[in-house]
Amino acid sequence: MANSNNRALSGGVEGHHGIVIENVRKRYGGGETAVDALKGVDMQVAPGEVVGLIGPSGSGKSTLLKCLGAVIEPSGGRMTLGQRVIYQDGWKIPDLRALRRDNIGFVFQAPYLIPFLDVTDNVALLPMLAGVANPVARQRARELLAALDIAHRANAMPSQLSGGEQQRVAIARALINRPPVILADEPTAPLDSQRALGVIRILNEMAAQFETAVIVVTHDEKIIPTFKRIYHIRDGRTHEEAGEGRAV
Amino acid sequence: MISLAGRDILHAWHKFLFTGIGLGLLIGVTLTMAGVYRGMVDDAKVLLDNSSADLWVVQQGTLGPYAEASSIYDNIYRSILGMDGVAQAANVTYLTMQVQHGGRDTRAMVVGVVPGAAGTPGWPRYLLAGRHITRSHYEAVADLASGLRLGDTVRIRRNDYHVVGLTRRMVSSSGDPMIFIPLKDAQEAQFLKDNDAILGQRRRTAQNPAFAAPGVVNAVIASQSQNPYVNAVLVQIRPGYDPKQVAEPIRRWQRLQVYTRAQMEGILVGKLIATSARQIAMFLVILAIVSAAIVAFIIYTLTLGKIREIAVLKLIGTRNRTIAGMIVQQAIGLGLIGFAVGKVAATVWAPFFPKYVLLEPGDALRGLVAVVVICILASGLAIHAALKVDPAEAISG
Repeated sequence: MANSNNRALSGGVEGHHGIVIENVRKRYGGGETAVDALKGVDMQVAPGEVVGLIGPSGSGKSTLLKCLGAVIEPSGGRMTLGQRVIYQDGWKIPDLRALRRDNIGFVFQAPYLIPFLDVTDNVALLPMLAGVANPVARQRARELLAALDIAHRANAMPSQLSGGEQQRVAIARALINRPPVILADEPTAPLDSQRALGVIRILNEMAAQFETAVIVVTHDEKIIPTFKRIYHIRDGRTHEEAGEGRAV
Repeated sequence: MISLAGRDILHAWHKFLFTGIGLGLLIGVTLTMAGVYRGMVDDAKVLLDNSSADLWVVQQGTLGPYAEASSIYDNIYRSILGMDGVAQAANVTYLTMQVQHGGRDTRAMVVGVVPGAAGTPGWPRYLLAGRHITRSHYEAVADLASGLRLGDTVRIRRNDYHVVGLTRRMVSSSGDPMIFIPLKDAQEAQFLKDNDAILGQRRRTAQNPAFAAPGVVNAVIASQSQNPYVNAVLVQIRPGYDPKQVAEPIRRWQRLQVYTRAQMEGILVGKLIATSARQIAMFLVILAIVSAAIVAFIIYTLTLGKIREIAVLKLIGTRNRTIAGMIVQQAIGLGLIGFAVGKVAATVWAPFFPKYVLLEPGDALRGLVAVVVICILASGLAIHAALKVDPAEAISG
């Protein structure tokens, strides 16, 4: 109940049904030099589910991630976030910025924390941008940091954190607005096995707790066995397979 | 909403502080230049105030006695004294020259004043130490800025003068300190020729066939040995009289040029220091452009160093205006640091300037507004760069 309220407050998707993309295509350029980066991608991730997205370089991973993140516009197909169509064959919702802010959390290979904000404000920045009062936003950030077991570093600056701590703060930032979807781009690449698995465990816990659909783009052999479902992408097309779903 | 700019400045305070100090020294120079101009205007007004005159009577067709040479007979003041509305009239001479004191040269404006008492036109209005001139020759009252002190001896042309009084803020429109001496001495100093020149002039006169008649040569030589000229007559008018009404008959019947206080101020400020004012204005424009370029470069560089963070901010939904606001606030923050440093610097070094530097609060306020405007304009380049950042840059690949 509390999660639903938070999501409604932050402009999230009511009646959340995860993310569904159907026959999404992306073409760069035109004429003879046109490149089809995505040639009809289908994908579906349910709330609370963590799936892997795996593919070699040049397979279209980044393009798919940018389409999913509402950073670039597909050339065709349909994308649905919850019960809301965000893109369909040339039509898109008008305010992509607000869509990203309220509905999509991002976790990057490098944490990209804002170096001049402390940990609490790095996490609280998103709700502040959405107009939530600073004390309320900070309180939410502190609660989330406690849930991620990093509350003791709440007042530290990013430069004072270890790599694993920085990544946990980045996850907290991605979760603060209770988005229905989190896109994690190689989130464990710079971490050792133990910390990498720790990050995946946190993502799984948070996905379950906040009913968030999580898509993890990765090459990391350490974490691939942890996914229950994996999407392989090659030459701009995806195919789905069952993962090992190994416990972490 | 949190102040991103404020947090960034606090985080990298040393970078902003050192940059602000550099910018501040430039702003300090700008404020000082404005202060020099204000000082020149103030010097001009003080010069007029200290002359204790309501009207300046000078040679016809000239802008004398400060802006141009003026020469009128020294007995004209008697005719002026008799005119309606005139309370006092006194001859005065002004001569800017090098005077010698203690083995060194000092540039000074030597003012010849008639014997009288305090309040006589041309006399220094107040003394800091000593007394006014009481003897007809070889006494002087000097401004402190000349470096002279009571009891010192100063050489003006071929004569030594004993400093009997000191005054302050008595300077010419160029900022040269004034030295008051008796009028007769000043006339001699102004027009006195050296002995060889006098001998040569007498020889030429004696050889002139036009003066061949008995007694004529001696009469001519005698007239050449005297100097009956002064630069101006300073006039005080009676209470209740309008300076323009008093000036008009002098102008008409004495066939002289008469300036009121307002006209004389217009000559000094509008003509005498106009070129200097234009030079200073040009410097101010150049300094403003340089300041803007420095702020633009610094803010642009700082912004380029944060491209990745800006991409992340845009990706997570930060509005463009929030990012632009952050950059503008940083530029203004830098400008405010610079302005504070500049104001302190200008205040500290102004007293050591060879010219009077008048730092007016109004100029400081205008400078502050200019700094803020320049910073806002200068941040445009950085804002342009930041707004061009694609949020996709935050996603690898």
